[in-house]
Amino acid sequence: MAHDTTVLVLGGGSTGCGIARDLAIRGVDVTLVERGNLTGGTTGRMHGLLHSGGRYAVSDQASATECIEENEILRDIASHCVEETGGLFVQRPEDSDEYFREKLAGCRDCGIPATVLSGREAREIEPYLAEDVARAIRVPDGAVDPFRLCVANALDAERHGARVETHAEVIDLLREGDDIYGVEVRHDSGPGKRTHATPGTTEEITAEYVVNATGAWAGRIGAMADLDVAVRPSKGVMTIMNVRQVDTVINRCRPKGDADIIVPHETTAILGTTDEEVDDPDDYPEEQWEVDQMIDTLSELVPIIEDARTIRSFWGVRPLYEPPGTGTQDPTDITRDFFLLDHAERDGVGGMSSIVGGKFTTYRAMAEEIADHVCAKLGVDARCVTAEEPLPGSEDIAVLEEGMDSFGLRSPIARRSKQRLGSRAPDVLETNENEANPVICQCEGVTRAEIQDAVEQSGSDLNAVRIRTRASMGNCQGGFCCQNMANELHPRYDEETVRDALDELFQERWKGQRHALWGEQLSQAMLNYALHATTMNRDNDPANAPAQVDYAQFDGGA
Amino acid sequence: MAITDDVLVIGGGLAGATAALAAAETAPDARVRLVTAKQSTLRHASGLIDVLGYAPDSEGQGQEQEQGQGQTPIVDPFAELDTLPTGHPYERVGGEAVRDALEFFDDIAGDAYAGGHTDKNALVPTHGGTVKPTARYPTATADGLASDDRDALLVGFETLPDFEAPLAAAHLEAAGAPFDARGVTLSFPGIVRDDAKVTRYAHLLDRNEQVAAAGEDEIGAREALAAAVESHLEGEPRVGFPAIVGDDRPAAVRESLADALGVDIFEVPMGPPSLPGLRLEDLLYAALEDAGVRMTSGVPVVDYETGNDAIDHVVVDRNGAEIPHEAAQYVLATGGLVGKGIESGRERVSEPLFDCHVPHASDRYDWFVDDVFGEQPYARFGLAPDRELRPLDANDDPEFRNLRAAGAVLGGYDYAAEKSGAGVSLATGYVAGTRAGEESE
Ligand SMILES: Cc1cc2nc3c(=O)[nH]c(=O)nc-3n(C[C@H](O)[C@H](O)[C@H](O)COP(=O)(O)OP(=O)(O)OC[C@H]3O[C@@H](n4cnc5c(N)ncnc54)[C@H](O)[C@@H]3O)c2cc1C
Ligand SMILES: Cc1cc2nc3c(=O)[nH]c(=O)nc-3n(C[C@H](O)[C@H](O)[C@H](O)COP(=O)(O)OP(=O)(O)OC[C@H]3O[C@@H](n4cnc5c(N)ncnc54)[C@H](O)[C@@H]3O)c2cc1C
Repeated sequence: MAHDTTVLVLGGGSTGCGIARDLAIRGVDVTLVERGNLTGGTTGRMHGLLHSGGRYAVSDQASATECIEENEILRDIASHCVEETGGLFVQRPEDSDEYFREKLAGCRDCGIPATVLSGREAREIEPYLAEDVARAIRVPDGAVDPFRLCVANALDAERHGARVETHAEVIDLLREGDDIYGVEVRHDSGPGKRTHATPGTTEEITAEYVVNATGAWAGRIGAMADLDVAVRPSKGVMTIMNVRQVDTVINRCRPKGDADIIVPHETTAILGTTDEEVDDPDDYPEEQWEVDQMIDTLSELVPIIEDARTIRSFWGVRPLYEPPGTGTQDPTDITRDFFLLDHAERDGVGGMSSIVGGKFTTYRAMAEEIADHVCAKLGVDARCVTAEEPLPGSEDIAVLEEGMDSFGLRSPIARRSKQRLGSRAPDVLETNENEANPVICQCEGVTRAEIQDAVEQSGSDLNAVRIRTRASMGNCQGGFCCQNMANELHPRYDEETVRDALDELFQERWKGQRHALWGEQLSQAMLNYALHATTMNRDNDPANAPAQVDYAQFDGGA
Repeated sequence: MAITDDVLVIGGGLAGATAALAAAETAPDARVRLVTAKQSTLRHASGLIDVLGYAPDSEGQGQEQEQGQGQTPIVDPFAELDTLPTGHPYERVGGEAVRDALEFFDDIAGDAYAGGHTDKNALVPTHGGTVKPTARYPTATADGLASDDRDALLVGFETLPDFEAPLAAAHLEAAGAPFDARGVTLSFPGIVRDDAKVTRYAHLLDRNEQVAAAGEDEIGAREALAAAVESHLEGEPRVGFPAIVGDDRPAAVRESLADALGVDIFEVPMGPPSLPGLRLEDLLYAALEDAGVRMTSGVPVVDYETGNDAIDHVVVDRNGAEIPHEAAQYVLATGGLVGKGIESGRERVSEPLFDCHVPHASDRYDWFVDDVFGEQPYARFGLAPDRELRPLDANDDPEFRNLRAAGAVLGGYDYAAEKSGAGVSLATGYVAGTRAGEESE
């Protein structure tokens, strides 16, 4: 029987996109389906720590070893998505000396470069560390941009012939007897040109092999074919600060850490995170005390955080997995390792494997392992090259630097655009000299050329444009630039599409701010609200209203 | 030594300026002083004077979401004032006072503003392209009303991404505006940098600077702009620009453009930084000077002392030096969340200067609703005053005998949803200033 595709990958997070890229480069015909947008699951809601492995050096040395290997690979193949900040494991007076020694030894066992710094030396690197910090271990942690990295994987998969279908939710697995041979998806209205089918319509996609990479949702997919995939979703909160208080990843050096990491990202720092099991990965409480507690805990390490301005908080759910029968009580004790479940071996149902657990840092290794597995099944004997092949945008730094100068962009913006775009910068930034290229998003310094490039790739979905460019993700949370971003869609898209896209982006930006709504951020929220409702009347726009306005009744001038 | 006045107004936005002017008018012999820290909210605001565009949600039905969304605008705001819920600032001062305040404003603004010829709201195009109801509008906007049925050409500029004229024109059509609007995007003569500030555009036109023109040597910026627009005109009797048409001499700039093109010229109000808002601030400050109000700007009031349930004096921080300022009557017009007259922390919402009572839910998660345009509790944060505009404490007693509050520092109304911001600042500033003037004597 002829299949629509050879391999069907379910889930457009880092794992799914990594698998699609790996297989596509090996020449396998791949289709990826994702119910929302790329990174719409856990990948878009994580802390962005490129682990050195130090965190697991005592508790889980296999994971630690894999982290340092992948950390080194990603710094190489995705340098434009990684900032090599370095990391510190910081010991406070009340933290145990013995654990500090174990951590150091563990790092060395796992091949993680580690040096000990005195409190004074640590404060020289990070002046805002608390006065009483005793010592620190320095490791090669980094900051990684999961949006760009995930999208780069998807782009490369597409370049190698893959079909990437977003806004296509798997609603059923096609199973005949003991064989899974595809899925049924329901298409939704993701605005933009990625919409390949009419919203609400369903499509059956058949495949020789299905890979379930839906992370915290993998159990749901399994259940569609009566397979038990015991994912234990566990939520964590992260809070974005408005300035970058630290330039190094700060970890607390103590056994079981909760809420004890600060990761610097571009112009911000992100605090995180907690670990609490939830029943439903789509519906779990997001609670104020989680944010408060995290700020309190982390201000023991970096006291100025206590009174600093926060931008927003967000939550994500980890796709933790335990083999049946392990029965761990506390989610922090569940292994961070990943598991490849071949349902033929495990359940006697062929045609599908699920991949669960793991970390963002090790997404590539996970993808490699599952791609090897799938290739073995299919009889494809191409080798994995993803550890050597740079991701789109990461090569040619020199060309970039030159290009930047000749574009006449001023350095802060140029530097950041360049980092965002990697080697695609000359293409995108070399606009016609006579064409204006104003800044559209002031907070993040994103120019028209970058927005237009992102629109070209993502269509009218402004949330996708946001993810590609970081526009609307700075201090004003989009209050001042959402409108400008929407303006860039016209005339490519008609007025109504633009209006809807703006509404969607603005609501989405609001959603993220709600958990950090106090202080400066609440004042900013009021300013944004006033700008959109008072100045622009977007809340009562007659174009959206059911009833016609009778203009003749109003003041028509003196 | 303390500085002594009869009336001291704290905060120099629309409400504070109006209060100081009203106090000076009511009590011509009184010494009136206005102390203000920073630029006011007017630099963000569009410069329109809204009175009431939409009815606030009546009490009781205050469910989440969809408060006013999809409502049609109010035609006559003055006729609706008596229907407002108890505690709304307009209800506190009464409908008559709102009318008086608008008249007071019309006198001050003179021919810089229009709309006073009728009680009806005008519908004004927004830079996003829809329309909004407002009661008074800058003369610069008068020819742009959407409730005027003449066709219009909208002109935007490549380097001003806030206003996409063709999109705004299409949006006006979708909003049902009773005329044909077209939009074109041009490059602005004389603007060489992509990130020029809006004041740069305005000053080019104010000073009619020489700019490079195709073929010729150099011509004035106004002629160059008119020439660029001319070829796009298809008989429209009016042409709209984003609100950058002059800063110091906007009337003269409009006149030159109108003469050159043979059409009426208008401005579409814009977001921050808003020249129409800044022009209104200039106008108010000139009026304050004419009225003999003493001005202390660039410094905040940081503290106060009481005696006998009343404020004895306040302390102004002048670069670290603490200077007592004493008066018989005080008006607090420090703005809302935007002006920083209302502050919030993780635990509570407060008025930072006198710690006047600010009603609010104790759980931070009850400060907002999920729909960004839903009925937002935070938008109503502010002081609850008596009918004299004295802020009340948690037991409904005045916090201080001689303190009144005006403008966005007051709570109980959502100016963004109602479109009532400037109207409330004018009405409450007028009443607070008038009463303070009366009682200072
Ligand atoms: C709070 C938190 C912080 C973290 N911090 C770090 C960190 O700092 N460093 C690190 O290395 N790792 C971190 N992680 C772990 C890391 O984020 C995840 O392991 C990783 O992102 C998982 O990627 P994934 O592709 O497996 O899952 P996901 O990104 O969740 O992808 C699964 C996708 O499947 C889609 N899907 C679900 N159901 C369907 C359906 N029916 N049809 C189609 N598609 C469907 C979802 O929409 C989703 O996009 C963190 C995790 C959490 C929760
Ligand atoms: C983006 C936006 C658009 C708007 N558009 C419109 C519109 O189109 N139409 C309309 O009618 N309304 C509009 N409004 C609402 C309107 O502008 C405000 O409601 C009004 O300006 C508030 O005036 P105010 O004088 O009460 O406060 P503010 O203008 O905020 O003034 C408060 C002043 O007090 C000063 N101050 C604060 N603390 C101290 C202190 N301790 N000591 C000394 N000084 C202090 C501040 O520096 C500031 O100058 C808009 C508002 C915003 C934010």
